[in-house]
Amino acid sequence: MRAMILKEFRELRRDRRTLAMLVVLPVVLLVIFGYAANFTIDTITTRVVGPQSDTVAAALPELFDVTGTDPDATTQDAQDLVQDDVADVVIDTSTTPPTAFVDGSSLFVAQTADAALGRAGDQVSVEILYNPDLETSWVMVPALVGLILTFIGTIITSIGLVRERQAGTLEQLAVMPLRPSDVIIGKIAPYFILASVDMLLVTLLGVWIFGIPFNGSPWLFALGGAIFLFVVLGIGVLISTVSQTQGQAIQTAILILMPQILLSGFIFPLQAMAPAIRWIGYCLPLTYFVKISQGVMLRGSDLAALWLPFTVLTGMALVVFTAAVLRFRRDLAPAAGREMPAEAEVRA
Amino acid sequence: MTGPAWGLRGVTVRYGRATALDDVTLLTPPGAVVALVGGDGAGKTTALRTLAGALRPASGTVAAPALPEIGFMPTTSGVWRELTVDENVSFVAAAYGVRGAELRDRRDALLAQAGLDGVGDRLAGHLSGGMRQKLAFCLAMLHRPRLLVLDEPSTGVDPVSRVDLWRMISQAAAQGAAVAMATTYLDEAERASSVLVLDAGRVLLSGAPADVVAQAPGAVFRTDRPTVRERAWRRGREYREWSPDAASDLGTRLTVDLEDAVISASLAKEAAGG
Repeated sequence: MRAMILKEFRELRRDRRTLAMLVVLPVVLLVIFGYAANFTIDTITTRVVGPQSDTVAAALPELFDVTGTDPDATTQDAQDLVQDDVADVVIDTSTTPPTAFVDGSSLFVAQTADAALGRAGDQVSVEILYNPDLETSWVMVPALVGLILTFIGTIITSIGLVRERQAGTLEQLAVMPLRPSDVIIGKIAPYFILASVDMLLVTLLGVWIFGIPFNGSPWLFALGGAIFLFVVLGIGVLISTVSQTQGQAIQTAILILMPQILLSGFIFPLQAMAPAIRWIGYCLPLTYFVKISQGVMLRGSDLAALWLPFTVLTGMALVVFTAAVLRFRRDLAPAAGREMPAEAEVRA
Repeated sequence: MTGPAWGLRGVTVRYGRATALDDVTLLTPPGAVVALVGGDGAGKTTALRTLAGALRPASGTVAAPALPEIGFMPTTSGVWRELTVDENVSFVAAAYGVRGAELRDRRDALLAQAGLDGVGDRLAGHLSGGMRQKLAFCLAMLHRPRLLVLDEPSTGVDPVSRVDLWRMISQAAAQGAAVAMATTYLDEAERASSVLVLDAGRVLLSGAPADVVAQAPGAVFRTDRPTVRERAWRRGREYREWSPDAASDLGTRLTVDLEDAVISASLAKEAAGG
């Protein structure tokens, strides 16, 4: 038995990914749940517009972080500010009593704002936009689309590619007369198509079963999904290039998937996280897809309103996918520099 | 059987700081079978992967036809286990541009030759080891390559399948293909046109099997009780012992075969401090 225990420890010591899961993951989870697993909102980004904006802004409780006032703005401007995700709450003082437009697509922020404004009684009228009944499913399902794409893109894709390496057929592909681009596109395209079908299916089911509105452009949603897919497929390919077995690929994918689930604002609101943890969230692609999917589906946002998540996601797609393709090309090891006899050169 | 001899000339391959092949020359003329033999880590797979174009040498030259004219069978057989036999053939045929009547004729002939003609719809992962190796050979041969590179095609294969495989390899060579194959079975290597014995990335012996046997250093004796354990090995029920001195009196001196020659060369290298 002693020998068995010793053997197991020796194997574990050399299996760095399992060690990472055993040692790093609990620490990461502890930190995340300590600093990020928080539904309590301490600050709400707020704008105040209309003739009494300065007075009302000064009278607001500390919870409402007023980032700007505009005495000349109209009620429509106030609603646009919410739609464009400039602020979570916009108070319009041109009405009597002032109207607080609350972004219902930021569920926990909206719940907190609704409760805080409710304590003011008749002094303010609260209008929750885009999710008037504050349904959890309305916020979760658009984000869930991103999670499913992440799952397919990272775990399924990396497993599919590592299977080729593990079976020794990657070596076979490397010496077949296929261009590296043929192999890469041929390997990735099926997952891209499957993930796209899944995205369509989950979105349609979400709209049909949960009655979630689809207020924006389906094309913009599809564009966001496609860019996000390039990022997650790229991550999947990168994982496959550093994994020798499917087990290793799954372990690595889980290590990458966990922070995305917990820190992308999908479950815990970004506003409630400690600043350092929130910045980790800002480095994760799912954070930006969640912003796009909730923005397009619930708020009906256009590209102008979503330029930031689109720009960041496109940058991530370019960097990650290029790195993935380059690393995968290296694995296919083209036979550059080989000296061919004259006859073979003519035939080639 | 005319044409250029494919192969490696003075090739050195390094993995980081480790030298996997050191100044190795391996010539594979059309119509001939060249067998690479050697122990684990000798450099057989590296040599074949370099010849097939999967590895780039640090120095030396590789003479090989273009990729569409190379057939490669890796150690792991290189068949797609989640595809059926027919689907494996179709995929490889598409990659090499073999289609239509040519594909049908070629597939039927090769699968029949390999005894796989009744299992076209069976998953490659569900085939026996020998059948999978034969399928891999069929895939490597499908496009009639001019250079056939086979990495231990018969390892782990039952004796009957080994006979089938060897027959197919011989036929490929008879049809003009240059065949370079690694093998751990020296009885197979003995049937090759020439043999290259590798040890720790270096050429120990090379030439026709008879020449390799003739190059064997020292002498081999049959004995009941070896005098130096490190220089003795079992062949069936009896011991053989190598001595650098042909005049030694260790037992009955034997006429060596290829296996004895390879072991003798390896022991001689060790004795010389190599």
